[in-house]
Amino acid sequence: MTIASIVSLACLLAGAFFFFAGTVGLLRFPDVFTRLHALTKADNLGLGFVCVGLAVTDPAPARIVKLGLVWSLVLASSAISSQLVARYAVDRGMTPWSKP
Amino acid sequence: MHDLRTAIAIFLLANVLLGLTRVVRGPTIADRILVAQLFGTTAVAVLLLLGAGEPASGLDDVALVFSLFASVTVISFVRNAERLGGSPR
Amino acid sequence: MTSLDWVLDGTLALALPIVAWKVVRAPSLAVAVVLFVALGLLSAFAWTRLGAVDVALVEASIGTGLSGALFMTALSWAVPRGRRRPEPGTRAAWLPFVTLGLACGLAPAIASVPPTSTGLRQAVDARLDASGVEQPVTAVLMSFRGYDTLLETIVLVVASAATLALHVRRPRPSGGSELLATLAGVILPVAILLSGYLVWRGSHGPGGAFQAGAVLAGGGVVLLLARRIRAPAMSRPFMRALLLTGPAAFVAVAAAPLAVGRPLLSYPPGRAGLVIVALETALAIAIALVLAMFYPAPAADGRSGRPHRTRGLR
Repeated sequence: MTIASIVSLACLLAGAFFFFAGTVGLLRFPDVFTRLHALTKADNLGLGFVCVGLAVTDPAPARIVKLGLVWSLVLASSAISSQLVARYAVDRGMTPWSKP
Repeated sequence: MHDLRTAIAIFLLANVLLGLTRVVRGPTIADRILVAQLFGTTAVAVLLLLGAGEPASGLDDVALVFSLFASVTVISFVRNAERLGGSPR
Repeated sequence: MTSLDWVLDGTLALALPIVAWKVVRAPSLAVAVVLFVALGLLSAFAWTRLGAVDVALVEASIGTGLSGALFMTALSWAVPRGRRRPEPGTRAAWLPFVTLGLACGLAPAIASVPPTSTGLRQAVDARLDASGVEQPVTAVLMSFRGYDTLLETIVLVVASAATLALHVRRPRPSGGSELLATLAGVILPVAILLSGYLVWRGSHGPGGAFQAGAVLAGGGVVLLLARRIRAPAMSRPFMRALLLTGPAAFVAVAAAPLAVGRPLLSYPPGRAGLVIVALETALAIAIALVLAMFYPAPAADGRSGRPHRTRGLR
């Protein structure tokens, strides 16, 4: 096992963990806003680690550029769509959950 | 490595199927819509994983298309929703 | 295929009908729409597992950028009014039996296909050099069965004529959020680049005119969402010319050989690849326009483009 494959393994597992954390948050958190927050963990960190993990094992420049492009697109678009969904929720009168 | 990537792809697929329960449970429409965002991101991750072994397979391009338009689904809902009043669903 | 591949394919094969069933029996419209988007995603996976990446590209771009957006727009117009109860069992009682009967009828047909059959692959590969491109799908679409594609593009133009009847031109919208303008500024250049790339790639990999057109149409939808443009007036000659360029070019290319005494739709030998790429570019633009026309444009006062007040859905 080379250094690269160990690093890649660690990154891929970390990415899978963050995706899982995002889904757990989605299912267990008490309201829309907290769920949105959990979702962004999957988007940013989960996908980010997966991209890094894949880039390490296959360092072709074209591939790395594509991976970087995909990740930054998801970052930008999920940030904007989360903001818009949150705004929609606020407009509809959904108040954030507070500790009872 | 191929096995590891496939295993993680299966795990992510299971994640998506789990997320579908949030769609059914709701309770508000915003909860349901935001799961659509998760679909897109997970789709990107799975396609990148599956396409890692074969560079000429074009799976990377499918991932690129998903990453481009995943948020469009969510946004077209919130952008077109009028102020209708009443309680949220 | 390792055993993990089997697990992946098996999970996918199981998930597809289950999610489809949930779409049909969803307790409310919102659930049905979101599950349908999920179904599109799962279908795109399935297509890649089957090796049909061209179809997966179309499924991805149309399912998320176009039909997903269309469904969500319609959903946002409806006022949800309580849970819709699934229909009582008596009306649909015969449905599972019919489906089961169909499945039993189809099963022997599917089972009789030898697992190692390659279909027409060998015949196509044998003549691939003559087509001018290296990708078998594009070769079939544009060269071996070019006549079918020609007729299909004409059908597409006819469909756009139907959309034209529903097209309402609205004054330039004034609303629009900064956020979405930024997003459009990010997505649109990538969409244009990607569609150009897909047209070029179609010659030697998954891609082609339809995929490129669908991606471009998705970019158009983003522009409409950001309210940066209003739906173009299809009565203007320029727009109509744009719409007809693709099919007209195709007809011209098809008919030209007749003038020199060669059969219909035979490309000049040695130049076939170039002609195909040029044709696909023109087609992609026309397809993008047709697809984008289906998306309802936002109204001037910032309200949605909903044509009339709906009473809401049960």
